[in-house]
Formats: sequence, structure tokens, C-alpha cells
Amino acid sequence: MTNLDRTLAPDFKAIDNITLIRPEHKKLDNGCNIYCFNSGDQELVRIEWIFGNLRFDALKPLLNMAVNSMLTEGTGTLNAAQIADKIDFYGAFLQVDYGYENSQVTLYSLNKHLHSTLPVIMDLLTDSIFPDKELETFKRNQQQKLQVSLQKNDIVARRDFNKAIYGNTIYGLGASFENYKALHRDDLIAHYKEQYQPSNCTIVIAGKIEPETLTLITNTFDKGWTNGDTPADTTQPEIESAKDLFYLTEKPDALQSAIRIGIPIVTRSHPDFQPLQVLNTVFGGYFGSRLMANIREDKGYTYGIGSGLGPFKQSASFFIATEVGADVCKAAITEIEKEINLLKTELVPDEELDLVRNYMLGSLLGSLENVFSHADKFKSIYFADLDYDYYDRYAATIKSITSPQLQELANKYFHFESFYKVIVGKY
Amino acid sequence: MVKFNRFTLDNGLRVIVHEDNTTPMAVLNILYDVGARDENPEQTGFAHLFEHLMFGGSVNIPSYDEPLQRVGGENNAFTSNDITNYYITLPSTNIETAFWLESDRMLNLAFSEKSLEVQRNVVIEEFKQRYLNQPYGDVWLKLRPLVYKEHSYKWATIGKTIEHIEEARIEDVKAFFKKHYNPQNAIMVVGGNITTSEVKALSEKWFGPIPAGEKYNRNLPQEPDQREERRETVTAKVPLNDVYIAFQMGARLDEDYYAVELLSDILSRGHSSRLYRSLVQDKQIFSEVHAYITSSLDKGMFVLEGKPLENISIEQAEAALWEELEKVKNTEIPADELTKVQNKTESTMVFSEMSLLDKAMNLASFELLGDADLLNQETGKYLAVTAAQIKEAANKIFRKDNSSTLIYLAE
Repeated sequence: MTNLDRTLAPDFKAIDNITLIRPEHKKLDNGCNIYCFNSGDQELVRIEWIFGNLRFDALKPLLNMAVNSMLTEGTGTLNAAQIADKIDFYGAFLQVDYGYENSQVTLYSLNKHLHSTLPVIMDLLTDSIFPDKELETFKRNQQQKLQVSLQKNDIVARRDFNKAIYGNTIYGLGASFENYKALHRDDLIAHYKEQYQPSNCTIVIAGKIEPETLTLITNTFDKGWTNGDTPADTTQPEIESAKDLFYLTEKPDALQSAIRIGIPIVTRSHPDFQPLQVLNTVFGGYFGSRLMANIREDKGYTYGIGSGLGPFKQSASFFIATEVGADVCKAAITEIEKEINLLKTELVPDEELDLVRNYMLGSLLGSLENVFSHADKFKSIYFADLDYDYYDRYAATIKSITSPQLQELANKYFHFESFYKVIVGKY
Repeated sequence: MVKFNRFTLDNGLRVIVHEDNTTPMAVLNILYDVGARDENPEQTGFAHLFEHLMFGGSVNIPSYDEPLQRVGGENNAFTSNDITNYYITLPSTNIETAFWLESDRMLNLAFSEKSLEVQRNVVIEEFKQRYLNQPYGDVWLKLRPLVYKEHSYKWATIGKTIEHIEEARIEDVKAFFKKHYNPQNAIMVVGGNITTSEVKALSEKWFGPIPAGEKYNRNLPQEPDQREERRETVTAKVPLNDVYIAFQMGARLDEDYYAVELLSDILSRGHSSRLYRSLVQDKQIFSEVHAYITSSLDKGMFVLEGKPLENISIEQAEAALWEELEKVKNTEIPADELTKVQNKTESTMVFSEMSLLDKAMNLASFELLGDADLLNQETGKYLAVTAAQIKEAANKIFRKDNSSTLIYLAE
């Protein structure tokens, strides 16, 4: 006990191999693909039905979202209350989620109740009716929520930024009151019929999957689920970024200003993407990052600041986001610029880079908490048309990238004067 | 079922080990038995400010975050009105780093003026970001003092005012540390791909030499039962009107706690719940409505909140909420409805076993309540609740003279 030297850090081991569980694949006769991740001790499963979003229509931009959100609002045989009751009674969880590229239905259920919960999902996917009354409630409540959101500076900044970077596409859309008002039941039904068909569906199952569980699922979603006449059009329009780089929304009473700064950048299929992830981590991607160390921990300008890469299938962005004291908004932007320039003019010291390598590998390992996480890792590559070697390259890049490479990358991509800059609050 | 082993060091530190070899990771969670309720009324927000200072370096280790990130770990912490909880997740092969870091800051902090200065600013920005610069952000600053007149739950964890944070001095910080941050006031849970004997050896090595310190004896003024209706109306820069009705309810360890929690589920959990179905879908009174409880260690709050639609007056909105409350007071809920919320609770417990960190935090919380094994008895307690008990709880809580109503009017 007496010899304990608390100033010396204990020995540690670098993380070398990370093993991902790969799924079993099965294709149903109706074209629906099923991927299974079988692992875990708890008698439960998570099942996701994932559908590609239909092509963005600027005149009816909310259809993907509205159709998805309203799947639980009524079918030919069950009203909204009955759907909720059936699922809740069996202690299951039913979620509908809408993203830029896909829409999905997720069921968390104990295995023993699947024979009762699966038919409800089948009903949602094949016989949703989008009742008028529920649609009106949806439109009204969404508009109320939008009123609250538009009072939040960070949300307004994100909307303005996405609009500038992604233009008139689903990625750039900031829904308006008019968009909600323009939702009509007939449009929803037509959209639903085209999007929610088996050939546009991928089912991902994770958890303890007994053979009879899988049989139950395939039987339910193969026989009796047929495709419509028109295949789903999931192509998307070209992205055109805005010409203006600077956007200021003044709020005279703001105590803080929301800042969002960034640029469009290469997607995950590009060889520079993974090196950029390392550069981003150094810069603003973790608690010990340069942005946090300078702007929060040294200057105390903010509760939090970070940077990130928003990778979509079709496009991606690099961005910095924060909310800072209104009186230090300009000072904070000056510091952000300083930190960008440091990446370009000075090599990242070895000690810092080693730390970031270990941190990133630790995060990767830590992100594999349970079988659901393995399924999430799969979805992340599968829907971007990438393969498992993406993760091998990711780990290899983290281990081998050098400081000069990072500097070169910063000089290739980061030109602060051509970054988009959005400020909501005081400037 | 979450299995665990348990031992106590000579200095009073309670240690719980949960072995889980399905993961390559480990978690080290330390709960300190101190929260905003333990603050001096003239120095509120201190427990939370102190949580920030815990990351400003300790007596032998100048930087807390850096060595942890270097071994692939991550950490965070939170402060509530009851507790302060710190956690680390890292590859289990590097678990000793977590012991090294956590034991040094339990031993003593570096107490640097610079760190205090910066964290004061960070917390002030947090105050602005979360409580002042958001629509309805100040609700807890207004609702708590309405519900609590005596108990220190009357202030929020962020503090009563920004001034209390601005005025924090290094002497206060040191005194707070001495009083609350010692082995006797802490519970450590280590979980993941580790063994109990390893954890025992590492605990003895790193935490064993820390002096026991003084045991803090909590003696808070308890909140008297409420006997009059309370009400406050504020006109604010908010986009929509908003109605809050808060009731005093029992403490976490009271017998009827489980009935009360199921009551809140019946009212507001999911789209099959009563408030959503009746007031959002059928009668179209609110755009959103919620009911929840604070699960406080002392007398807690049962809160209803709803944003009325634009054509609905505040009076109509309040009356509609009370009508639903009268129903659960006057009529026992049907067997199916009770089974539904019980089943939901049961499966939630099973799903929470999928997360190592959740398991570790839960073990620590239940040990604080008296015994970590209470975690494994929870489901049984929810399943044993009867419709009569829920009705009784509703009658006890939902009284006008036990209510505090806070109205936001949009300017």
C-alpha cells in the first residue's frame, strides 16, 4: 500500500481486433430481404421494417414523413386506440421513424407475444387508411410543435444551414406551416401504396431468434403480402447548394446565439471520408477536442461545442455547432477560425493523435453494446451501399493515419472563408 | 435478473460487482449521496457546479479526461436533486485506469482557481441555454417553489439564480468536497467483462487507502402536507399557452409508490393512455399532454402538463384535465388496463437488461435505497398492485387543495 504512486497511470492495452456479428440473409418470394442477428440472453427481439423513401417532391415535401407518422393512426379493421392497445397490452413497443432516406416501423417484443403483435404490424403495412379526422389532428399538432421549434435558436440555425447546403431536396427541407396545411388524404394513400410494398422493404431482426420465431416472421410477411403495380421510385433529385455563405437571423432579446458553420463534403464511399473522421475528432468530435478545450474549457463561452460529419447516401456535410453567450458570438467565431487554421498550419502532435486513435477505437468497441448495436452497424453500411470492409478500413485508418496526412487533408477541404455561416441570435 | 456480488471496504466504501462477459467493455459507476437538496439555501446550484469541477483535475492527476480517452474510455456525470452520479465506460482490459482516476478524485481535488472560474462560466451558459433561452425553459424555476415551501426541493439543480453560481468561492468548493465526497457517502458499481476478485483487489489497492472521512448526516426540513390550492400565471415570450398542474405525492420508498407510478402510466404512457386518447384524439383539447412523477427520495411531485389548442381556453383545458382525474378517483380501472401497464413495465425491465450502463446505474440507485437486490424485486412489486390501490392513490393525490397550477400565457 505504501508504495502506491498515484501520479503514474496504470499500464493499458491498445484495442486491436473488433469483431462484428454479420447477419444471415434470406430473401422472400415477394422480394423482401430479411437480415437476422441472433444473439443475446433475453427472450426478446427487435424487428425493423425499413422502406426506401420515395423521390422528393418539392410541391408535396412532407408525404414521406406524414405517411410514416400516421401508420399507427388507423387501418381497415383497427382504429388508433385499438392499435395502441393491442401493442401495449403485450408489453411491446411500436415505433414509427422517419429519416431522410428511409422510413421504418420498429417492434420491440418479448418472443412469447410475437404471435399477437406481428399481425398488427402486418395490418399497418398493408391496410392503413389515414382517417381524415386523425390527419387533421396530426396537421394541427405538428403546426403547434413547429411554432415551439421555431422559437429555439439551435433548431432555426440547423434549418437555415441545411437549406443552404442541401438546397431544394429532402435534406434541405425545413417544413413550413403551409407544407402541413397542404397534406391531403388522397396523396397520402397513393404514396403509401407505392412506398410500403415488399420489394421496397428490408426486415432486420435482432435478438434471440429461435427457428420458430423466424418461421413465424417469414410466414407472416411472405404469404399474403404482395407488390403493387408500380415499383417504388426511390431516386432523388440533384443537390444544389446556395450561393450565399452568410445567414444572420437577429433576435434582439437573445441571451445566447446559435452558430452553425460548415461545408458540403465527400460521402462515406470516398477514400478521404475516414481520414476526415479522424481530423474531425481531433477538431471537435469528442469531449477533449480542440473546440471544447478552447471555447468551453478555456474561454467558458459555451456549455458545449462540437463538430461533426453528417454523412448521407447522396451527400455529406462537415459542420460546427454551438450556442454561445450573445456578447461573445464574434469572439467565438474568431476562435473557431483560429482552430481551423491551426489544423492547416501545424502538425497534430503525436501525443494528441495517439490519444484520438485510442479514443476512437474505444468508442467503436463501446458502440457494440448488444446485438441491437451490431444490427445498427449493419444498417449503417447496407443502406449506403457499403460493405463490411468499410469497418476494416475505418479501424485501419485510425491506426495508421499520420499527422502530415491530416494536415494535407485540412488544407484540401477546410477554407474558412468559403464555409457557410449561420447565426441566430445576436452577432 | 441482474446478478451481483457486494463487499464493503474498511473505509466504508460500498462496492457492487456485476459480471457480464457478453461484452468486451466495463463500466465503473460511482454514486455520491449528495444532490441539490443538500445545498445551503444561499448557495444553490452548488452540487451541480461541483460536478463540473470534478473534471478539473485531482491531487495527483492534472487532467481527468485525457488519460481516460487515451485508453479508449468515455465518461459523463449528472446531478439531480437527490444524487450525483459519475460513470466511465471503457474496454475492460483497461479497467484499472478507471480505478486510478476515480480514486484520485475521491482522495482530493486539485482545486484550481482557473478551473473554478471557467466552470462558473460554463454553468452560467448552461443556465442560459437550458433554462432561460428556451421557451418554457424556466418552468422548474417557477414550479418547484410553488410545490415546496420548506423542503430544499424548492430549487432546481441548476440553482435558484445565476448569482449563486457567480458568487461561488474556492473555500466553499473545498468545504463541499470535505463534507460529501468521501468513501462513506459513495457507492461504486463495477460491471462488465471483469471478475469479482479482480475488482476486490483493485478496490483495495486504489480506494482502500482513502480516509473514511466524516459521515454526512442529512437532516432536511420535511415538506408539510399541502392544504391549499396554489396558482401562478405568467405571461411570457412563448409561442403557445401551457398548463402545468403539480401535486405533492409520497417518497420513493413509500408503500404506494408503485401504484402511483402505474397511475401515471395509465394516464399518459403511450398512445393508448387515457389523457392522449381522450384529450388529444377524441375531445381535441390539447396538442400534447403528459403526466409523470419525479421519483424523489423525499416527498415527490406528480405533474400533469398540456399545451391547449388555440381555440381552447385555459379554463376549458384545466377542466378537461380534472375530469380525467375525477374518473380515476371515482371508478376502479378495468382489469385489462391494469394488466396492460403492468406488462409494459415488466418488459421495460427486461429491455433495460440489454444495457450494461443502465444495469450499473440501477444497482447503485437501489443500493442507495437500501439494497441493490431491490432491483430484482421491482417487477414483482408492480405486478402486485391492485386497481383498488390505484384508486386510493388517486384520491389521496388528486385534490384541489394538493394542487399547484402554473399557467404560461403566450404574449
